[in-house]
Amino acid sequence: MIPEFFKNTVSTVRSINQKYAKPQIKMTPMVKFSLLSLRLYLIFLVGILIYRFITMLR
Amino acid sequence: MEKEFTAQPVVESAPAPFPGVNGKSRTSQRDASMNALSKLYYRYKKILKVIRLFLIIAGPGIIVMVADNDAGGITTYTATGAKYGFRLIWFLILLGPVAYYVQEMTVRLGAVTKRGHAEAIFHAFGSFWGWFSLLDLVLLNWLTMITEFIGMTAALGIFGVPRVLTVLMASVLMGTMVIQGRYWTWEKAAMVFCVLNLIYIPAAFMINPPISQVLRGCLIPQIPPGGFTNELFFFVMANIGTTIAPWMIFFQQSAVVDKSLQEKDITGGKVDTAIGAFFTVAVAAFCVILTGTLLPGQNIYDAASAAAKFMGINKQLGTFLAIGLFDAGFLGAICISLASSWAFGEVFGWAHSLNNKVKEAPWFYAYYFFGIFLAGTVVLIPHAPLVLITLFVQVIAVTLLPAALVFLILLLNNEETMGRYKNTLFQNIANITIVTLIIIVSTLYGISALFPNILK
Repeated sequence: MIPEFFKNTVSTVRSINQKYAKPQIKMTPMVKFSLLSLRLYLIFLVGILIYRFITMLR
Repeated sequence: MEKEFTAQPVVESAPAPFPGVNGKSRTSQRDASMNALSKLYYRYKKILKVIRLFLIIAGPGIIVMVADNDAGGITTYTATGAKYGFRLIWFLILLGPVAYYVQEMTVRLGAVTKRGHAEAIFHAFGSFWGWFSLLDLVLLNWLTMITEFIGMTAALGIFGVPRVLTVLMASVLMGTMVIQGRYWTWEKAAMVFCVLNLIYIPAAFMINPPISQVLRGCLIPQIPPGGFTNELFFFVMANIGTTIAPWMIFFQQSAVVDKSLQEKDITGGKVDTAIGAFFTVAVAAFCVILTGTLLPGQNIYDAASAAAKFMGINKQLGTFLAIGLFDAGFLGAICISLASSWAFGEVFGWAHSLNNKVKEAPWFYAYYFFGIFLAGTVVLIPHAPLVLITLFVQVIAVTLLPAALVFLILLLNNEETMGRYKNTLFQNIANITIVTLIIIVSTLYGISALFPNILK
């Protein structure tokens, strides 16, 4: 029952990924710039989180 | 050739007018007064119709804004009042329009696209950003729900109610509100709890606060004595951080969709949001007035300890504060749990409306109850790291809030989807300014939570 549940979930996730594979918003320069800034911001945040986690472990 | 017969209108000669006052006949006077009365009656009926229509549309905006004053929010406001008295009320008032401008965008987006925020992100930006937003939301909402349960158990703990009983009671109440299968019923029940959230207002009047000082704090922007210290900056960041939370964006947009609001209802939705923003600010201000009057200069770490101190001063006052704190946690919990359930349902394609009965939307309700169960049980674990969890909420909110706000603005500027409801130039200037400010402040707040000494 549990393996079947996971199998169904994985296939549902795959179908969602296929459904939303292509972004529908018009990729204007503003949109591209915003998404790039967001990625850089999140990389920065994740970096800080990892650094803090490491320093806490030490 | 026969003459065509055409019917002629029958014209009756008007009766000779009776003599009346000022040369006008009594008939024309009577006609004039009947005209005025009927115009008045017509206007009255029109206003009544507008009010009735608004009461039908109202709901998502008021609920999300009042629920924004959740357990964490009440804690922040009571701590702010105790620390700085009435000196920062003007700043809280400024946060009202900030909350309004952000939440108003969700009304337009939901009414036009008929999609919740999670689905809208997936659809517009693809599966990477969609999964990032959804999974981040789920984690953040779970942690936030734990803090709401902490608030509820602490509030009723003042009356000696065991934590288990509080968690059970709250869970049963939350479940009862949703399983009857009508969004309308859930909404009206939530509105009752919103009214209860206003309990801080009569409580503040009970203590006879110094009106002149309160008005000064409301109307004159000022920095407390000592200048702009790191501690003040921390409080400012905390207040901004508690005003806009990611779950609010997802909740209101999904609620608008579940309520089936149409484009023609957008104006009503905006008024609903504006009224909600007013109540948010009012409750925040009165919380500050309460602790600013009775506990000035004291360090308050949570609203429950403030309520316990109030119990020592005036039992009725302490009771009001405790009830308010329980209500704040409860409102927050019902909205946050729904925000997650709606988001999951939208993306996974389950039936996900409160208008569906449990049998019609089993996965939607299963997720809802599972969320309550997961959050409630954590609070009951002995020695659970509840302070650490509260800290995590602040940090994780920083990862989701900027993304949710940026996506909101980008979606509202997409002319293909929004048509004539896209952001105007003024709205873009206002919203981009607000979003930039929120991102900067919430980032600094998150960093200061991770590195407490960094701002010292």
